[in-house]
Amino acid sequence: MSTLHTVNKSPFQDNSLASCLQLCSVGDSVLLIEDGAYGASQSSPCAKELISLLNEGTRIYVLENDVRARGLQLLLDGIELTDYQGFVQLSSTHRCIQSWY
Amino acid sequence: MPMKYTVVVMGAPEGSQSSRTALAFCHALVDQNHTLERIFFYADGVHNASMLVTPPQDEQNLPADWSNFIQQYDVDAVVCIAAALRRGIMDTDEQSRYQKSAANLSAAFSLSGLGQLIAATASSDRTITFGA
Amino acid sequence: MSRILCVSRHAPYQTSHANDALDAVLAAGAFDQDIGLLLIDEGVWQLVTQQDAPYVGKKDLSKKLCALALYGIENIFVHEPSLQGRLLTRDSLCLDNVQLLTNKETRQLFDQYEQILSF
Repeated sequence: MSTLHTVNKSPFQDNSLASCLQLCSVGDSVLLIEDGAYGASQSSPCAKELISLLNEGTRIYVLENDVRARGLQLLLDGIELTDYQGFVQLSSTHRCIQSWY
Repeated sequence: MPMKYTVVVMGAPEGSQSSRTALAFCHALVDQNHTLERIFFYADGVHNASMLVTPPQDEQNLPADWSNFIQQYDVDAVVCIAAALRRGIMDTDEQSRYQKSAANLSAAFSLSGLGQLIAATASSDRTITFGA
Repeated sequence: MSRILCVSRHAPYQTSHANDALDAVLAAGAFDQDIGLLLIDEGVWQLVTQQDAPYVGKKDLSKKLCALALYGIENIFVHEPSLQGRLLTRDSLCLDNVQLLTNKETRQLFDQYEQILSF
C-alpha cells in the first residue's frame, strides 16, 4: 500500500521536503502545494534527492495553481503539474495521506 | 469509486494559505462525488468558523465561503471546542456558560470535542490534514 | 477497528501543534481506538527530560506524554535519525517505553496504518 505525501513549506526555509523525501517509499507519491511549490524549481535545495526519486519511478507532482501564483518558470524535469481535481484523485489512489508542514 | 473523507483544517483564514487550499480540495471532492464524512476545524483552523471575520470587500471572505460550502452540501462541520474557546470562538451555549458578552460561531458549524475527529477518521476511507 | 497513526513533527512550545497532536492521541485512547504516535523531526524535542514549561507560561508537555501509558497508548515510535541529528540519546528521553525506528522501519510504519493524522 502507498502513501501520498503533501509538502506545503519551501525547502529553502524548512526541512519538511527533505524529511519527506527521506521517508518516501517505492510506490508513494509526493505533491508539492503552497510554498512547497518552490521545491519544484530547478534551484531546489532538494533537487538531487528529487531527481533520484524520479529516476526510481516515484511520481512527484506540484499544484499548478501554486506554481502560477508564484510565477515559477523553471521546474525540474519530470515533475508533473496537477490541479485540485488531480489532488483529489491522488488522495483516493493512495491509501494514506501524510501532510508535511 | 466514491469514498468517505475526513478533512482536517488547521489554518486560520489569514496568516497562511492552508484553509484556502483545504476549501478548494473540498470543492473538488464533491465534484468527484466523494462524501465528506466530516470537516474538522482544529488549532487555528477554528477561526474559519467566526462570523465576525470581515476582509476588505474586494478580497475573498474565506469563512463566508466555508459556510456556504458547508450549507450547500449539507456537510457536518465540527469545530474543536477546546481549541475554539482558547481562541475566542463560541456559540450561545458557551457564551452563557462563561458569561461572555457575545457569541460568534457561524450557524454552519457546531462545537464539539476531539472524539468527533477520531470517530470520523475511524469511519472514513481517507483522512487528510491541511496543516499551517 | 481502524488503525490511526499520529505523526508529530513539531517542537513543544512555540506552536500548539505538539500539544494538539497529544490531545488527539489521548482522545483516540479514550475512545479505545488503536492509535500509534510517531515523533519525528522537531517532534523529538518533546521527549527531552527536565522541561520546565512554566518558564514560558505553559504546562509541561512531557507530563502529558507520560500520561499516554495511563490511557493504554503503548505504540510510541521515535525516528532515530531525528534523535541522532540533535545529539539526543535513548537514555536522555523522558519516556523509556518508546520504539526507536530507522528510516526503513519508519517507511514500513506508514504502511502498517490505515489513516494518518499529521501534525
